[in-house]
Amino acid sequence: MSAAATRLLRDPVSALGLAIVLFAVFVAAFAPQLAPYPEDAYESHLLQRLRPPSAEFPFGTDNLGRDILSRVILGTRSALAVALSVVVAAMAIGIPVGLFAGWRDNWVSDVLMRVTDVFLAVPQLILALALGQLMRPGIETAMVALALTYWPFFARTVFAETRRLRSALFVDALAGIGARPSRILLLHVLPNALPAVLVRATIGMGFTILTAAILGFLGVGAAPPSPDWGLAVAEARQHLPEAWWFPTFPGLAILLLVLGFNLLGDGLRDAADPRLRRSRR
Amino acid sequence: MARFVIRRILLALPALFGLVVLTFVLSRVVPGDPAATLAGDAATPAQIAEIRAQYGLDRPIWEQAIVHVRQVLTGDFGRSVFSGRPVVEEIAFRLPATLELTFAALLLSTLFGVALGLVAALDHNGPVDHLVRLLSIGGLAIASFWLAIMLQLVFSMDLDWLPLRGRMDVTLGTPPRVTGFLLVDTLLAGRPDMLASALRHMVLPAVTLALPGLATIARFTRSGVLEALQKDYVLYARAAGYGRVRLAAIYVLRNAVTVTVTQIGLLFGALISGAVAVEAVFDWPGLGTYAVQAILSSDYKALLAVTMVVGVVYAVVNVAVDVAQALIDPRVAEEMS
Repeated sequence: MSAAATRLLRDPVSALGLAIVLFAVFVAAFAPQLAPYPEDAYESHLLQRLRPPSAEFPFGTDNLGRDILSRVILGTRSALAVALSVVVAAMAIGIPVGLFAGWRDNWVSDVLMRVTDVFLAVPQLILALALGQLMRPGIETAMVALALTYWPFFARTVFAETRRLRSALFVDALAGIGARPSRILLLHVLPNALPAVLVRATIGMGFTILTAAILGFLGVGAAPPSPDWGLAVAEARQHLPEAWWFPTFPGLAILLLVLGFNLLGDGLRDAADPRLRRSRR
Repeated sequence: MARFVIRRILLALPALFGLVVLTFVLSRVVPGDPAATLAGDAATPAQIAEIRAQYGLDRPIWEQAIVHVRQVLTGDFGRSVFSGRPVVEEIAFRLPATLELTFAALLLSTLFGVALGLVAALDHNGPVDHLVRLLSIGGLAIASFWLAIMLQLVFSMDLDWLPLRGRMDVTLGTPPRVTGFLLVDTLLAGRPDMLASALRHMVLPAVTLALPGLATIARFTRSGVLEALQKDYVLYARAAGYGRVRLAAIYVLRNAVTVTVTQIGLLFGALISGAVAVEAVFDWPGLGTYAVQAILSSDYKALLAVTMVVGVVYAVVNVAVDVAQALIDPRVAEEMS
């Protein structure tokens, strides 16, 4: 694993991805300290609305006179928190399903994988929209909907790894010396599937940030006055073309953070799977 | 081959049936009263009860389930709460607009994606290769709705080169509806001015929608070509004196394209998702704007129908892709049966 980590850092593209992600985590952790006007998450100042970027407001101000730089910084925290909760929840469902269905060959594992197929029968965003609407719209519902639409990817990944490993020699040996299936799965199969899960999770972070932003933009995710990036772009539409800075900077923030996770995921995939590295060389 | 096609169709059906069940279960197990949600915050108990009766929500749960499945299977999604018209009619009216946009985007991303991927692979580790790699990762990181707005800002509002929204200049009127595909209908009506207007309106939405697909296809074509270039038969062909371009065009691309075709199937899902946001920004009168309208007006039946229709379209595309793949590479058909 440490050899893989060295390889990862030596690739400038993945190192850049890691740097972006670490920077975002830092910004999210110290958002209230870093934001020039932390109270602008909720307060409005109508006298200074729609000011262009200046030394005072580097990213300009929005339709309620709030500092866009501060809101972009404060929005980092919620974007990361939403994505992390969604990915962790999706893993909590997908990994057990994948392990169980991959280990056995009975009707239960068949049913589990058929259910997985059902969730993959519609594109994620459409399903998330439908689920979000069936429940009450809001950021919590959006998160539940996103987790419910993303777990099948973890289930598929872990299923494939478990199927590959269950006939491995070391698994036979463990069964031979009397290890229980639960022990083999959790202590031996799962750690081997972890690199693939990690790659999936990293790409999933980027994907979730993007999808959550779309939900916010369409008005089914975060609600005002949340400093959500997608919501900010939606609010900005009525003030174009005059206030070009209003949608530009929140959108750039989405781009940068998703790019960071995608670059990192790309690098992790190459580091974890030597077969793929060959074609990259 | 026919057996392969039938088999592949039969495999897609359980997932679609599951989707019918899933939407029903989720609409019933979720916390809260669906009738109250539909009625809105200001509704009186009497109004809620009326809606409950109207939607059959006062019946036993198993009866509701049977009714729901029967309705969906017969394509009866009821009437839209918003417009009062049958949902199926409204969707049928709007689906061509979305399909037209999606196919245009798919065409753009395939043409440019395969070309960029090929050029990048032939310039392995050169400046073009790095540029394409950056584009292929960056293209997947851009929020489509934001790109759409940025393009509007530059090309419609600032430069005034392309129309801001809609499918056609309203002053030109509309051609008689034959297929619903505007590019076809304007041709059938013999109106080149309308066709030109429709094409101009399509540029920005199609480009926005195409970018993520272009990125994916460029990436997979590139790695497919690189892999094919390492094969022995390529070495032989090179030893026999084939030039790089001829080699790439005849031997490498066909082998590399199998991977790309699989991606097109997966891409279609991304395109349909992307279409929701892109249509919303460009006021494109398709399924995406319909879905957003349904959400904002709590039109539960309409949204359910959109979900099912997208599921069916998605399944059809994936079956078609598998069949195309089997036609290109007979080994795939063998592997699947």
